[in-house]
Amino acid sequence: MSTADRRTAAAVEFDARPSPAADLLVRGAHLLDPRAGLDGPGDLLLRDGRIAQVGAPGALEAPDGCEEIDASGLHAFPAFFDPHVHLRTPGREDEEDVESGTRAAAAGGFGGILAMPNTDPVVDVAPVLLSLRERARTEAHVPVGFLAAITRAQSGTELTEMAELADAGAVAFTDDGLPVRSAGVLRLALQYQRLAGRPLALHEEDPGLSGPGAMHEGAVSALLGVAGIPSISESTMVARDAAVAGYEGGQVHMQHLSARESVEAVEHAKARGVAVSAEVSPHHLTLTEDDVRALDTARKMNPPLRAQADRHALIDGLRSGVIDCVATDHAPHAREEKEDPFELAPMGTTGLETAFAALYTELVLPGVLGLELVVERLTAGGALFGVAVPTLRPEAEANVCLVDLEARWTVGETGYQSRSDNSCFAGRELAGRVRLTVAGGAVAWREPATASSTA
Amino acid sequence: MKRSLLSIEDLARADIERILDRAESFAEVSGRAIKKVPALRGRTVLNLFYEASTRTSSSFELAAKRLSADTVSVRAQGSAVDKGESLKDTVQTLSAYDPALVVIRSPWAGAAELVARWTPAGVVNAGDGKREHPTQALLDLYTLWRRVGRLDGLKVWIVGDVLHSRVARSNILAFARMGCEVTVAGPPTLIPREIESLGCRVRSSLDELGEADVIYALRMQRERMEEAFVPSLREYAERYQIDARRLQPHQILMHPGPVNRGVELSAQVIDSPQALISQQVESGVVVRMAVLYELLASGEEEEGVAASATTAAAARARDADGAVAERLPDGSEHPIEVAPGEHLAAPAGPRP
Repeated sequence: MSTADRRTAAAVEFDARPSPAADLLVRGAHLLDPRAGLDGPGDLLLRDGRIAQVGAPGALEAPDGCEEIDASGLHAFPAFFDPHVHLRTPGREDEEDVESGTRAAAAGGFGGILAMPNTDPVVDVAPVLLSLRERARTEAHVPVGFLAAITRAQSGTELTEMAELADAGAVAFTDDGLPVRSAGVLRLALQYQRLAGRPLALHEEDPGLSGPGAMHEGAVSALLGVAGIPSISESTMVARDAAVAGYEGGQVHMQHLSARESVEAVEHAKARGVAVSAEVSPHHLTLTEDDVRALDTARKMNPPLRAQADRHALIDGLRSGVIDCVATDHAPHAREEKEDPFELAPMGTTGLETAFAALYTELVLPGVLGLELVVERLTAGGALFGVAVPTLRPEAEANVCLVDLEARWTVGETGYQSRSDNSCFAGRELAGRVRLTVAGGAVAWREPATASSTA
Repeated sequence: MKRSLLSIEDLARADIERILDRAESFAEVSGRAIKKVPALRGRTVLNLFYEASTRTSSSFELAAKRLSADTVSVRAQGSAVDKGESLKDTVQTLSAYDPALVVIRSPWAGAAELVARWTPAGVVNAGDGKREHPTQALLDLYTLWRRVGRLDGLKVWIVGDVLHSRVARSNILAFARMGCEVTVAGPPTLIPREIESLGCRVRSSLDELGEADVIYALRMQRERMEEAFVPSLREYAERYQIDARRLQPHQILMHPGPVNRGVELSAQVIDSPQALISQQVESGVVVRMAVLYELLASGEEEEGVAASATTAAAARARDADGAVAERLPDGSEHPIEVAPGEHLAAPAGPRP
């Protein structure tokens, strides 16, 4: 398939509220930016919202009017990027809105996020998208990019006006929450992608195989008598859609992989040269079906937490690069809905505020993954959608988070920035606390002194 | 201290034995003209049923009354916890009556755990979705134990729709816990993947059914055919119905009720002396009395009823090392060697 007539995408557009450009001297942090080859103590000077200078510890002087932060004992990473967030706006502002969701992102060290369009109404026409973008320009603590739906009302039948939506600033297209059930419709979307010039992000699930399932099909679902969602529900669709994308020469991004077979399908597609990328969530990397035994609805999500072998395959896939990035799939839900019995409760967990700490505590500290790999994968998500990769290199836009790796905290103990409290890690003690986030060149988060607890 | 019965998983073998012993002591009460003891006088038992039930709700109510508890029965119309008042609000409202125990039946797995989280009362799971029905399993164990005299080493085949059956799950766990060898058999579409992890074998035909000491048939619901789990009830009955051809004289037949005559069981076997179906119903009351007593009154000063349980325990201990061993000598391959039609399937004689 020739790509000569393919639309060259304009630079993606993100929105955030106006904030003063950061002028900061971060002194004495351990700077870690794997792509820039930075891994050691140093000073970091931010001027006018950009990285101005990187120097040896104590080497840099704060210019007049520049705030100086003693960051000794802290790590400075490029701010993370989350390509999968549900801001629930419009429609369920009781669960999350642009302000609270982006505040939660900033508190989690994220310097940018992508918001999913499965709202009420669905983001499937330009006016809805434009009104959301306007709202983000007054409320968003970190730059937000918005996705639009692939099909109208996510019906899975008629395509949205993808070209016009792209012109209105849609970063990509997805029917997330639902699969594009028909391979024929997906094929049309991939053909039309040549006009829209944006990736398709795919929620991979075969409804015929998922049925009424509420958790992973395996030993735990057998024990609990809860209908299962088999791994093949995801992996067969990953394989199908990668094949269709390969045939049409399109670009697809596989959302929230959960099953070993899906990792294999992505690996296979990449080996054949299909333009496919993939993400995995912190919860799928750290929890399994065994964590659902007590039928805690905060651990009910779609795709479900799977078996230990799946978790290991996801970790291996993230390490090898078959899976490109970490994405939280931050999915806030009202407390009264999560208090329903497990089979009735909605699927989803919040994730922005716990992403780094969960991965650091459960994977880095036990030696499963290196810190630099986790940082690399937490910052890689934007590049798949045409966003500049956050970096600590001089002249880059300032996107930095300062993290205290020693700080231990109990999830939920001091509440959440998110409007919802359905965290699958609630009550767990985690290590790693974000102290400050600079997002899109502005300070987006400073941890309130009262909320900090240092071991 | 608050005590609950939410899952068979929570019970050790000794716990189950204690409940069976207690039930036996209450069986004596049920034989009296005045079938009532004062054990739970002044306590309130709240029956909260979100799903249609005849046997379970009536036997819980009767059990509570025979222990002199006050009972309140609440039936939610339909089965939707998510319509109108939430389960949480209902439970918290009714908890204002200060019940000692809430008995909950719900169409949703884990509902009993939720109730336990929201009420200071103890909680008994009377069936949660397709997950568990622990008191059914206990009464089945009791019924079988009364007939056979022991449970250890019995070969139990659970036949039918295991996928949708809370009775199957509780019974697999309970029979296995008591030392039975459990096999589940049914159409592959109605056997959950990885059910073996509960401690049973799986068979998709009844070819080896002859080895079973006990056949436990499950209810086959008509809607399973509409959902395409089986092509027709005719084909199901042809392959899995327990009928006079399949039921061997040495085997015991059990069923949790209500029976679909002509589907999972033929009329002949239902009415045969090998069937324990009506004894199972009968056991429901005394076993639920035992459960209520264990949760609410045991640990308090032993008197009257409780004392007679000790006697039952002693009698059972004698069974184990004395009379029964003689009657049912251990064999290497088949622990129970009995001639067809004898002992196992015969009504239990007077117990030693």
